[in-house]
Amino acid sequence: MKRIQDRYSYALIVLRGLVKTDFKLRYQGSFLGVAWSVLKPLMLFAVMYVVFGKFLRMTDGTPTYPVVLLLGICSWNFVAEATSIGLHAIVDRGDLLRKIHFPNYIVVVSATCGSMISLAINYVVVLIFALFNHVHFTWRVLLLPLNVIQLWALALGMALIFSTMYAYYRDIAHIWEVLQQLIFYGMPIIYPLSYVTSKGGFYAEVARFELLNPIAQTIQDIRHNFIAPETQPTVWNQFGHWWVPAIPLALTVILLWVGIHVFRVNSRKFAEVM
Amino acid sequence: MSEKNKTVAENATETAAVAKASKTPFADAPVVLSVNHVGKSFKLPTEQATGLKQAFINWTKGIKGYKTQEVLKDIDFQVHQGEFFGIVGRNGGGKSTLLKIISQIYYPNKGSVSVKGKLVPFIELGVGFNPELTGRENVYLNGCLLGFTTEEIDAMYDDIVEFAELEEFMDQKLKNYSSGMQVRLAFSVAIKAQGDILVLDEVLAVGDEAFQRKCDDFFTEVKKDPTKTVILVTHDMGSVKKYCTNAIMIQDGEIVARGNTESVADRYTLANIEAEKKKGEKAAAKVREQGIYPNGLNERCPILRTYAESNEVCKSSDTFRFAVEYQYDEPGDFYLAIALHDIRRGGITFDTGAKTFKMKEHGHHTVHFEMPLNLFNNGEFRLFTSLRTPSPANPNNTDMVAVAVDERACTFVIRDPRNWDYALINNRALQIEPVGDDVEITGKVAQIEAQLAKTKAGVSVAADDAAETTTATGQAVKTEGK
Repeated sequence: MKRIQDRYSYALIVLRGLVKTDFKLRYQGSFLGVAWSVLKPLMLFAVMYVVFGKFLRMTDGTPTYPVVLLLGICSWNFVAEATSIGLHAIVDRGDLLRKIHFPNYIVVVSATCGSMISLAINYVVVLIFALFNHVHFTWRVLLLPLNVIQLWALALGMALIFSTMYAYYRDIAHIWEVLQQLIFYGMPIIYPLSYVTSKGGFYAEVARFELLNPIAQTIQDIRHNFIAPETQPTVWNQFGHWWVPAIPLALTVILLWVGIHVFRVNSRKFAEVM
Repeated sequence: MSEKNKTVAENATETAAVAKASKTPFADAPVVLSVNHVGKSFKLPTEQATGLKQAFINWTKGIKGYKTQEVLKDIDFQVHQGEFFGIVGRNGGGKSTLLKIISQIYYPNKGSVSVKGKLVPFIELGVGFNPELTGRENVYLNGCLLGFTTEEIDAMYDDIVEFAELEEFMDQKLKNYSSGMQVRLAFSVAIKAQGDILVLDEVLAVGDEAFQRKCDDFFTEVKKDPTKTVILVTHDMGSVKKYCTNAIMIQDGEIVARGNTESVADRYTLANIEAEKKKGEKAAAKVREQGIYPNGLNERCPILRTYAESNEVCKSSDTFRFAVEYQYDEPGDFYLAIALHDIRRGGITFDTGAKTFKMKEHGHHTVHFEMPLNLFNNGEFRLFTSLRTPSPANPNNTDMVAVAVDERACTFVIRDPRNWDYALINNRALQIEPVGDDVEITGKVAQIEAQLAKTKAGVSVAADDAAETTTATGQAVKTEGK
């Protein structure tokens, strides 16, 4: 028991050290320093708000849609960033892995934790926009942490798989970049899901199945619980059967399990193959 | 000799010749690191295979895409608490791999490693050091990577800074440090880290003289501390002899010598001599192919070589046998002169004289010699042979035609438990006798005196000793000639 505790306390110390360093280094040398971590999303969101909301008039007809859009984009950005940085983590930290012994899953976890910090800051910025848009918050906001944990589990599972593959095959980085785009447009992130479902027919049926994709499901849940419980379709309210929502949840668990398993099997050899 | 050391001596190939296996003072201390029959092999890619395309092509063609290289074979040793354990070996011998296995960076294919206590590895100094962070931040980052909590680092922080002598620079970014300062900081973290087992890889050669002295003090201190164990990998035989209480030597993935530090260090020196000789031979073969004469030889005498016929590691009681191969086709008298060079102490220990050995055979021929070694203490020696013709101007003089140097010289080593290392001539061969009664002869010399006295009195003694006393006065080098 003591050994397990020792092992994880060491892992936690290393994790804290790495996350802290990465965060410190992120805005190193810039004039405004850490302030950028808030300023950057604030400015980016302002641009997107104007372009998508006012200029392109991308909307599902509800006044809160611009905020919903921001929430979706920054949630997706978290997945994209965590997996891309996580993918490179093992190779980028190769010098560490070759020289000291420490639980090497830490470097991947720390990469996703770094993105989690950005996500938290982004959510705060979204909250500011939401307040300006007179969003009515409900008790469902309390469910948000669960959704965020699911999103993190998804990102971590993918990051573990990709970083393992990347240690052997550098092609993965490029493949994943392209796949990211595909997934991005295959999910209702910049377009509202109702935009497709309202058209009816075959496409509407297919669109509903987009919600079985755990990433789409999580992002829709986040939007639903955080901003717009009335207007956002989720896997919970689109299908009549109780077992349908279990599919994306199960997929999340399976993805994370596969990630951990693949990583563990190969992690002994990382120091040698790099 | 303890039971353990005995088996160790039996297992190790070639060890017996060199090792003066003795009971270490740590044999009773608990084992903190145990390496059990560890074997490790690497897959070396034969073609570029870091791409999906290549991997797929290899798979379809059924190419493995790599060859297996065995780096470590059945390495087995224990380190006891409090030991200062040295691992030596030539480059590419597998010691870094072994170190990484000990540090659990690599996993062995065979066998296992068990560690008791906190092992702090320093495969490289300053792991995780980032130039953009300040000295202080780097110390904390480095410390946490080595597995210390913030509180633990707090406790040793002042010590580290003081040892590194960088008090006023700790809030500067690391990129503003000189390289020497960076190394000093990294090294201070390394040695002030409060681990139970320190694993150090070639890190002794850093810093200026004052810093080196501090490190020296530190090692001496650690050596005295019975709770700290140090595993040191190095090329520097001086530091091995100075600090280590026990050592192993690794060559081609195997332990070729173990136990007593002195003997392992000497074995290492010998291995280097052998490797140099091999390298020289290779170079010579290349030179021969190209039709150029190697250093010291020429068209008049294209072959001149001295080589050992007996074992190159001798005891003082041995007679060293060697041969000289030459080719000399010009008519007229010619001579071989042989000089004995002391590699460690320097200087020509003995010379046959230019006109002592007159050769009877012209052409390609080999002559054999032998030489008693009972005069000498431990040391490394080299025999240089030169081929000479009488000088037409001065009949007492000779002109050198060719000389056998580099790999054509013959190197041998004397290792004898009865010998000392410091002086050239041993106490059995030469004594300084006090005149008068106010000096008492004690210790080892007294024993030798007593033995010599017995020999003179005609009492039967061990065969070697008898042989020694008679030949000591005889001719040093005698021809057997064919």
